[in-house]
Amino acid sequence: MLGIEDPWVVSAYYLCIFSALFCLIWGIIKWNKDDPETEPGEEIRRWAEEENRVEEEL
Amino acid sequence: MSIWMIIVVVAYLCIIGYLGFRGYKTTKSATDYMLGGRQVHPYVMAMSYGATFISTSAIVGFGGAAGVFGMGLLWLTVMNILIGIFIAFWVFGGRTRKMGLRLDAHTFPELLGRRFQSKFIQGAAAVIIFMFIPLYASAVLTGAVKYISSQLSMDYNTALFIFSVIIALYVIMGGIKGVMYTDALQGTIMLFGMLALLILTYTKLGGVTAAHQSLTDMAHLVPAKLQAGGHQGWTSMPKFGAPLWWVLVSTIIMGVGIGVLAQPQLAVRYMTVKSGKELNRAIPIGGVFIMMMTGVAFIVGALANVHFQQTVGKVAIVAAKGDVEAIIPMYLQSAMPEWFSILFMLTLISAAMSTLSSQFHVMGTSLGRDLVEESMGRKQKGGGVLATRAGVLLGILISVYLSYIMELKFGKTGTAIVARGTAIFFGLCACAFLPMYVGALWSRGITKAAAIAGLLSGSLSSLFWIMFVQEKASTALLVCSKLFGTRSLAIQLVDGKEVFAKTGPMVWAFVDPLIIGLPIAIVATVLVSLFTKKTAAAHLDFCMGKKK
Repeated sequence: MLGIEDPWVVSAYYLCIFSALFCLIWGIIKWNKDDPETEPGEEIRRWAEEENRVEEEL
Repeated sequence: MSIWMIIVVVAYLCIIGYLGFRGYKTTKSATDYMLGGRQVHPYVMAMSYGATFISTSAIVGFGGAAGVFGMGLLWLTVMNILIGIFIAFWVFGGRTRKMGLRLDAHTFPELLGRRFQSKFIQGAAAVIIFMFIPLYASAVLTGAVKYISSQLSMDYNTALFIFSVIIALYVIMGGIKGVMYTDALQGTIMLFGMLALLILTYTKLGGVTAAHQSLTDMAHLVPAKLQAGGHQGWTSMPKFGAPLWWVLVSTIIMGVGIGVLAQPQLAVRYMTVKSGKELNRAIPIGGVFIMMMTGVAFIVGALANVHFQQTVGKVAIVAAKGDVEAIIPMYLQSAMPEWFSILFMLTLISAAMSTLSSQFHVMGTSLGRDLVEESMGRKQKGGGVLATRAGVLLGILISVYLSYIMELKFGKTGTAIVARGTAIFFGLCACAFLPMYVGALWSRGITKAAAIAGLLSGSLSSLFWIMFVQEKASTALLVCSKLFGTRSLAIQLVDGKEVFAKTGPMVWAFVDPLIIGLPIAIVATVLVSLFTKKTAAAHLDFCMGKKK
C-alpha cells in the first residue's frame, strides 16, 4: 500500500495522518468546552487577588 | 550569500526584536515573567510548545536518522502526536494547570515541591535542570550555529556570539512572553518551511506512491554493516531484537516519545493559559504542527535515499560520507530550488531559537526562582524577576561556553558529547520526574519520601546507564573507558573483538536509559509510598481541588 510493503511502516504512515486528524476533530468538538469540575474564572480571580496582595506587600 | 538572504534575515531579526520588546513592555510581575500572566492565547501556547519541542536536531539530526533507519521512524511521529500533544495537553495539561493555579506554582519544580510540601524536591529538580539543560542547549546551539555560519559564510565564533546575544536579549528582557510570542512566529515559519519541503520532495520524486515504491525497491542497496545490524530496507522496520531495532524502538521511538511528558520547559506551558478551553483549542494546532515537523522530516530524510541513488548512484548515508547530520543539508542543497534555501534557513534558525529561548528561560527560573528564592529562602523585593534574569544570563553563558570550548578543546570527542545532549536530557527528565509528576497529579497515596526516592533512584540509575552502559552515550562521555578500559560495561573484548552482552532479546548496550531508569523510579516510588507517612488529607484536597 502506498508503495510501502511492511505493514508496521504503512500503519505508522496512516496513523500519523489519522492521529493529527483526530486532534483536529477533537479540538473542533471541544472548542468551547471547559473542564466541568472546576470554575476557573473564580479560581483565576482568587489567584489574581492573592497575587496583587503579595505584590503590594512587597 | 545573496542579497535576498541578508534582507530576509535582517527583517526576521527585526520582527523577533519587536516581539521580544512587546513581551518586555507587558511584563510587570513575576507571574508575567514566568507564566505570561496565565493569559496566553491557545495558538501562541500550542505553537510555542511545538516549536520548543522541535529543535534543529529534530529536523536535521532525526531527519538524517530517517535517512539511515528509514520510515520506521514515523512511529515516533505517532508517539509525538498522541503522547506528546494529545495525552500531554488533555490528560496532563488540564490537571497541571489547575494544580499549578491552586498552589500558585510558577515553575515545574515549584509545582512538584509545593504538591509534596518539600523544598528539597523543588531544589533538587532545579539542580538537575540547571546542571543538565546547558548540555542540551549547547547541542542545539552548536548545531544551529554550524548551519548558520556555513549558510551566511561567517566564522563559527562570530555566529555563536551574535546568535546568543540576540536570544539572550529577548529572553532576559521579555521573559516567557517574549519567548512565547517569538516562538509562535517561529513555529509558523517552520510550518510553511516543512510544508514546502514535503510538497517539493513528493513532486520531484513522481508522487507519493511512486516515491515510496522507489525507496522500497532499493532494499537490496542497504550497506552491509547496516544489514548486519538488522536493517531490512528503508520502508521496513529493522529485524525484531536486532541492535538497530533496539536503537530505533527504545532510544528513538520510546525514549523521545515518552520522555517529552516530563520536560520542565514544556510542562510549564500548561500553566500559562487561562482555562481548560485554551488547552482543548491547542490540541488541533499542536497535533497538525507536530505531524508537519517530525512527520515531514522523517519522510523526506528516508526519501533522500531515492534522490541520491538517482543522482549520484549512492544511498544517503554513503553520499554523506557517514555523517548522519549531513544528509538533510546535502539533500536540500542538491535537490531543492534556491529560493527554498532561504525559507529553510529561516525554518532552521526558528527551530533552534525557539528551543533555545525556552531552555534559557527554564534555566533562569530554576536558578532564580526555585533554587535561590524558594529553596534557599532568599526572597527580596522584586528579587524574583531579577534573580531569574541573572539565572538566564548565567545559563546562556554556560551553554555558549560549552559550545565554544567543547569543540576547541576536545575536538571530535567534544562534539560527540554535545551531540548526545538532547537524548541525555530527555532520558534523565523522564526517569527523574515522570513517576513523581504522575503521582502528584493523580495519586493521593504517593508520599513525600516516595517522591524523593523516585527522583533520586530515577536520576541516578539513568545517569549510571548513560555513563557506563548505553554504548552511544558511554562511548562519547569517556568515563567508562577511563575507569574500566571498555567503552561500555555491556561490551566485552574477546580476542580483540567486541561482544555485546545479551539477555533474551535485550542487547544491553543498545537499550535506552529510559527503559531501565523509569521502571526503577516507578518501583521505588510505589514501594516507599507503602511504608512512609501519608500526606495530610487537607493538603491533598486542596491540591486536587476537592470541595469540602
